[in-house]
Amino acid sequence: MASLKELKGRINSVKSTQKITKAKQMVAAAKLRKAQTAAEAARPYAARLATVMGSLAAKITVSENSPKLLAGTGKDQVHLLVVANSDKGLCGAFNSNIVKAAMVKARALEAEGKTVLFYLVGRKGRAVVRRLYPKAVLAMFDTTDVREPGFAEAQKIANELVALYDEGKFDVAHLFYSRFQSALAQIPTEQQIIPVPAPKVAASSSDGAVVEYEPEEEAILAELLPRYLRTQLFGALLENQASEQGASMTAMDNATRNAGELIQKLTIQYNRSRQAAITTELIEIIAGAEAL
Amino acid sequence: MALHFELVTPARLVRSEDVHMVVVPGAEGEFGVLEGHAPFMSTIRDGALLVYRTEGAAPETIQIQGGFAEVAATGLTVLAEHVEG
Repeated sequence: MASLKELKGRINSVKSTQKITKAKQMVAAAKLRKAQTAAEAARPYAARLATVMGSLAAKITVSENSPKLLAGTGKDQVHLLVVANSDKGLCGAFNSNIVKAAMVKARALEAEGKTVLFYLVGRKGRAVVRRLYPKAVLAMFDTTDVREPGFAEAQKIANELVALYDEGKFDVAHLFYSRFQSALAQIPTEQQIIPVPAPKVAASSSDGAVVEYEPEEEAILAELLPRYLRTQLFGALLENQASEQGASMTAMDNATRNAGELIQKLTIQYNRSRQAAITTELIEIIAGAEAL
Repeated sequence: MALHFELVTPARLVRSEDVHMVVVPGAEGEFGVLEGHAPFMSTIRDGALLVYRTEGAAPETIQIQGGFAEVAATGLTVLAEHVEG
């Protein structure tokens, strides 16, 4: 049986933990709103770019002369897994879910006899991937020095990826991030980013008119592909941010509630033992008085 | 009689309005787009986008960087990587 003082100490410590989790929950809720707006604001650009990509890709037959980003290297041996994580914890299973999805894919690819490499974005996934695949981490991208990864970061990541691709370090790249559905549900998602999968064409988009290109299709496409890659990465980063805040909010809400329950239980226990102590004391006094 | 003009960056939809004419700094030379322009697609270089709200009005200048312009039946869409201001 814990002493009264011990119980009081525990109640206080749980109370201060609850304060922290509650604060973090409110911060996450505020940030979630911001991240959601940002993700929504980025959608028109991505959607327009996808339509343009689609109509262009439909016009061009993929041949050896096509840009490598679209046609691929002709091999399928080395797979790069780009894993986007957050830098901070306190967000439930958010990071581990993404890493887990990546690990499943890595194992499946290895079973097929492919080589798996990793490109890690964010700080949180590093330890796990390093432990399981110590030699496979090709590069890491640090986002700790910026508050919110934005388009500039997406651009840097895309440039690095394209450079690595041109060097022939990998043949296919998959991106892992968490798609934001709601504050309660974030879905770890896998997406192939290199070679760029041609978006599905809305057949009616050109309405039969002949579109003129300046410069010609191939040149536009060559410029468009890296841009498309950047946009996809940017979108993934934004989704990831919204997901992180959502996961954080839910996790912290749970933690706050658990702390509340714990406090209640401890308080009951505290009151009982206090009462027991008083009763014992009374009995002692009465017994003493009677003995006289 | 108006051209629907949209200017979009990765971060947001900057403009979506009906204007008279837009002069776009294309990679192979500037070109003006009026209503009813033939379908057309071009990459753009860094430069100034001139927006004429009405005929004869003084143009509004928007500095843009990197991207491309698409003219379709629905109007002109400029996708720019970065927009100043």
